[in-house]
Amino acid sequence: MTSPASPNATGPTPGGTTEEPAGSESAPSPAAPRNEAAGPGPAMPRATLTGTFLAMMAREVRVMRKNFLSTFVRVLVQPLMFVFVFAYVLPKVGSGAGAGGFASKDGGPTFATILVPGLVGSAIVMQGMMAAIFPLMMELSWQRSITDRALAPVPVPVLALQKITAAGLQALIAGLLVFPCVLFVHAGGQAPNIHVGNWPVLLLTLVTGSLMCASGGLLLGTLIDPQKSQVLFALVLVPMSMLGCVYYPWAALDHVRWLQIVTLINPMVYVNEGLRTALTPQMEHMPIWAFGSVLILGTAALSWAAARTFTRRVLT
Amino acid sequence: MTASPGPAVRTVDLHKTYTSPRGDVPAVRGIDLEVRPGEFFGLLGPNGAGKSTTIGMLTTLVVPTSGTAEVCGFDVARRPVEVKRRIGMVSQNNTLDADLTAFENLEFRGRYFGLGARDARRRAEELLELFGLTDRRKGVPFEMSGGQVKRLMIARALVHRPEVLFLDEPTAGLDPQNRANLWELLRGLQSRGQTILLTTHYMEEAEALCDRVAVVDHGTVLASDTVEGLKGSAGTDTVITVSFDGAVPEGVHALDRREGVSRIEVGDGQVRVFARSPAGVLGELVAAGAAAGVGVTDAAQLRPSLETVFLTLTGREYRD
Ligand SMILES: Nc1ncnc2c1ncn2[C@@H]1O[C@H](COP(=O)(O)OP(=O)(O)OP(=O)(O)O)[C@@H](O)[C@H]1O
Ligand SMILES: [Mg+2]
Repeated sequence: MTSPASPNATGPTPGGTTEEPAGSESAPSPAAPRNEAAGPGPAMPRATLTGTFLAMMAREVRVMRKNFLSTFVRVLVQPLMFVFVFAYVLPKVGSGAGAGGFASKDGGPTFATILVPGLVGSAIVMQGMMAAIFPLMMELSWQRSITDRALAPVPVPVLALQKITAAGLQALIAGLLVFPCVLFVHAGGQAPNIHVGNWPVLLLTLVTGSLMCASGGLLLGTLIDPQKSQVLFALVLVPMSMLGCVYYPWAALDHVRWLQIVTLINPMVYVNEGLRTALTPQMEHMPIWAFGSVLILGTAALSWAAARTFTRRVLT
Repeated sequence: MTASPGPAVRTVDLHKTYTSPRGDVPAVRGIDLEVRPGEFFGLLGPNGAGKSTTIGMLTTLVVPTSGTAEVCGFDVARRPVEVKRRIGMVSQNNTLDADLTAFENLEFRGRYFGLGARDARRRAEELLELFGLTDRRKGVPFEMSGGQVKRLMIARALVHRPEVLFLDEPTAGLDPQNRANLWELLRGLQSRGQTILLTTHYMEEAEALCDRVAVVDHGTVLASDTVEGLKGSAGTDTVITVSFDGAVPEGVHALDRREGVSRIEVGDGQVRVFARSPAGVLGELVAAGAAAGVGVTDAAQLRPSLETVFLTLTGREYRD
């Protein structure tokens, strides 16, 4: 704050300054020579709801472009390391002992087949939630830069929906970037058996999964005190990803019945099962009606709740 | 554009009570204001008076507890979008979009308000130049000086040519040069018909800029008039403040009955005399001290000004 302040004091100064070169004969009002630039002037075009919504999305895209590398490198590293260790290294170091479980045995599915939808799904869920929570915590901190957009000519709940859409877009991009990375990293003979068996289910899962997690993130971000965000990680995000049916299909939990039931509260399970249905239809998966209705109703319910809590946080 | 025939801003019995875990805070307790189109109006009050809360309600960001507030004829609670279309707001703290550059802050503000991409860029360029920020166009908010941040925030508030401009303590924390330049800029805006509502701590700011002023404290309007009108009514007293190095001598109470003295306030080692004709008062205070064997450590005499108006109305020293 200090160093940029000094050139400012000596160098060009506000409003007044700019006027001096233009109207060197000290005009009584500094901005007078530039009648058009400030103050009430020609009528502005009337902003429409969709126009403002799209302008806000354009802002998100601009910001995303600036941070693209740092954001998505972070998104990619974990799943890449994961497939590298579990689909490449472990099958190589030995099919015996503990690692045996990770190698394809007697024609069964490779571990990579299970991992690919799971890692894509968990990237979507994690990125959707984080893309909603982190900017929000900054914007709701004491400087309240959320004011910048809260003053745009749309109702505040629309701003919430815009934030969900933006975070959902990031989630979708994360999923689409992770997919090829995890698809092609594996040891010989350990290739995942992936083909799009059901396009509508794939699209439904990608879109509603992204939006559901973004709205869940916005909801958490508006409910949780920024100082407690560490707790959020430890108690919500980590268990969610470990128990989100990333490393095993939900049906395999048959053997641990209680866990199979408990994990149903985890939204990530439905995203991953949706992706399994679409990408590895040969594997046992949750019925379409089950994850489909949770994804659709969950998106609607969480968006509604998040729009409410967001509005309550923005308007005091 | 400034077609609204009624008042630009009107509040009737406006209340705001914040509810917090530590109890309710009645921040605004029945404020009535009326600002006419083209007017430069000042809200003057100490810390915690409720100025920001009032501005918050007028800009739709704070929800009133009761009463009504209208901007350009639109109720802030029922038609917030219509209100937001017509206002510009410069908040007390830095609310710039931290993810965007100076230029982009202006560009996107234009786009949120309906400008096409190209028009928004042209408008941003124009305002950067007007505010002397052209060489900071790629600067990000956290690298900018306090003065640059304020200028950019004002520029941002003007992008969509609002009918009413709200400024919450725009010159707090600015160096004298920046402040003087900002005053010039605001006067220029008003001379071209901009309605402005500004809050301030600084007496001289209100005196220099405002057509009318409302003095607020504890969430109510203590007085509202033109600067001259205020000085002519409540503030005709000169305020003489004397501090002693011991207990305030009993003798000072005699001043209460003196010709030309309106009232006196005795505090901890300090006495304050409100006088219409101050001649000789200071001498008598010093004499009273000498008679009681206490010395004078500080003495000040304030001529009638908004500052004395404020002292007369609130009995409080005006602090930043
Ligand atoms: N969000 C909030 N929650 C609870 N209390 C609040 C909140 N905002 C303000 N207050 C309280 O309301 C009162 C009025 O605050 P306000 O910010 O309106 O005063 P102000 O006149 O703008 O003061 P300043 O000159 O310090 O900016 C204060 O007592 C303040 O503590
Ligand atoms: Mg304030």
